[in-house]
Amino acid sequence: MSAEPTWTADEMMTIEASRALHGVRSCFVGIGLPSTAANLARTTHAPDLVLVYESGCLGSKPDSLPLSIGDGVLAETATSVVSVPEIFSYWLQPGRIEVGFLGAAQIDRRGNINTTVIGPYDDPKVRLPGAGGAPEIAASCGEVIVVVRHSPRVFVDRVGFVTSVGFGDAPGDRQRYGLRGKGPQRIITDLGVLQPDESGEFILTAVHTGVSVDQVKAATGWELQVATDLHTTPAPSEQELTVLRHLETTKGQR
Amino acid sequence: MARHQSLADAVAEHVHDGDTVALEGFTHLIPFAAGHEIIRQGRRALTLVRMTPDIVYDQLIGAGCARKLVFSWGGNPGVGSLHRFREAVQAGWPVPLEIEEHSHAGMAARYVAGASGLPFAVLRGYLGTDLMTVTDTIRTIECPFTGETLAAVPALNPDVAIIHAQQADRAGNVALWGITGVQKEAVLAAARSIVTVEEVVDELSTPYGAVVLPGWAVTAVAEVPGGAAPSYAAGYSVRDNDAYQRWDAISRDRSTFEQWLRETVHATEVIA
Repeated sequence: MSAEPTWTADEMMTIEASRALHGVRSCFVGIGLPSTAANLARTTHAPDLVLVYESGCLGSKPDSLPLSIGDGVLAETATSVVSVPEIFSYWLQPGRIEVGFLGAAQIDRRGNINTTVIGPYDDPKVRLPGAGGAPEIAASCGEVIVVVRHSPRVFVDRVGFVTSVGFGDAPGDRQRYGLRGKGPQRIITDLGVLQPDESGEFILTAVHTGVSVDQVKAATGWELQVATDLHTTPAPSEQELTVLRHLETTKGQR
Repeated sequence: MARHQSLADAVAEHVHDGDTVALEGFTHLIPFAAGHEIIRQGRRALTLVRMTPDIVYDQLIGAGCARKLVFSWGGNPGVGSLHRFREAVQAGWPVPLEIEEHSHAGMAARYVAGASGLPFAVLRGYLGTDLMTVTDTIRTIECPFTGETLAAVPALNPDVAIIHAQQADRAGNVALWGITGVQKEAVLAAARSIVTVEEVVDELSTPYGAVVLPGWAVTAVAEVPGGAAPSYAAGYSVRDNDAYQRWDAISRDRSTFEQWLRETVHATEVIA
């Protein structure tokens, strides 16, 4: 690297996540990083992307970033607002939504996600918020993209608690559990991109500009395999950075 | 037919120690004023039911009102953790809190079953997760037609459901709109219900997408303008996102929380 990048690792992650929505029609959006990335996609390359929020908002087109999943701007700009039982049973459960966009407190080498508890369930070291909509998003969306910062505490060999199923313990587990979506197809981090191999183990398929493979391995809690055709993600464009930085200033404002 | 009561009278009459109580409202229309009245009246040993406990249940839990929490996502939306909830689970303060944990889809299905007079609900969900191993109210059932294995969860039938709505008329018919969450199901699933409203009107305005609960399906109506703050009521107020961010610092330790309880909840009389 000749010069310091003019963007942060978080910005790179969000921009790469927004690019993953190329050609996608509908996206079930979790709050936080996934919501920022999905709105960046809608504001740049995917104006027709249908954003679905678990509060019941179908087709929200917010011009400011929501702080919560139920901010007024999501309802006011939606094509339709439906009840919470309806969003889960009529819209998510039958597999109508192409992509589910999730975060994670912990994720393991087979893409299983923990957002429930660190340590024993009955005597937790850290009690996390819990499941929310994630288990059924992970089960029923056509595929899942996870956006999460890379660290050895987050990327663990096996999560201590499976809140949302990725590829379970072994090949064939998704079919065995009756999960109809394809499961996690990409984990996008502040260092690079991981994708599942045929067995369902996540391997490194891309690093961001200026990031070394050793850096990613050091931030991963299992022996990370590297794809033979490892590539480097394109650096953020001026337009991506400008739009993202503007969006960030609108968070929770209306 | 719903009776118009003051909030204090409605809570005194319909919410009892040991009850199973659901305060619903998905980010929007959260009945905060009613939650604070429950704290003021010193209710104890409640089983609190709510999809997203939000800071309203952080407050009730921190004030020692709850024995058990039935929920699906216990965070401060967009901000982080619920510190009072965490301390109750991790350290048993101020009283130990039993938890019964579901997913949103499971909780929504449980309310629908409760409102429908069914003993349980069926959904595609939970299979393969560890929620099934820690929550006894998640089981599986075989479809009698296809043989598929599906998740089954029991109906939720609270003793009392409490919601906030935009309007009620003199006869006690209630109208709410915007993000209406699971409130209709919660009211219809419960034995009794209290609805706080922004205003009582001669004739309901029922915009596109409004949910109208007939007065004969509601127990009590109390006029409490601003009763959802710092959540909001579409058409009347906006979400006070700053208050949600401030709550993180207030709730982080016991003493600032207790000071907040004294100054904000106990020092305030009910409006209506």
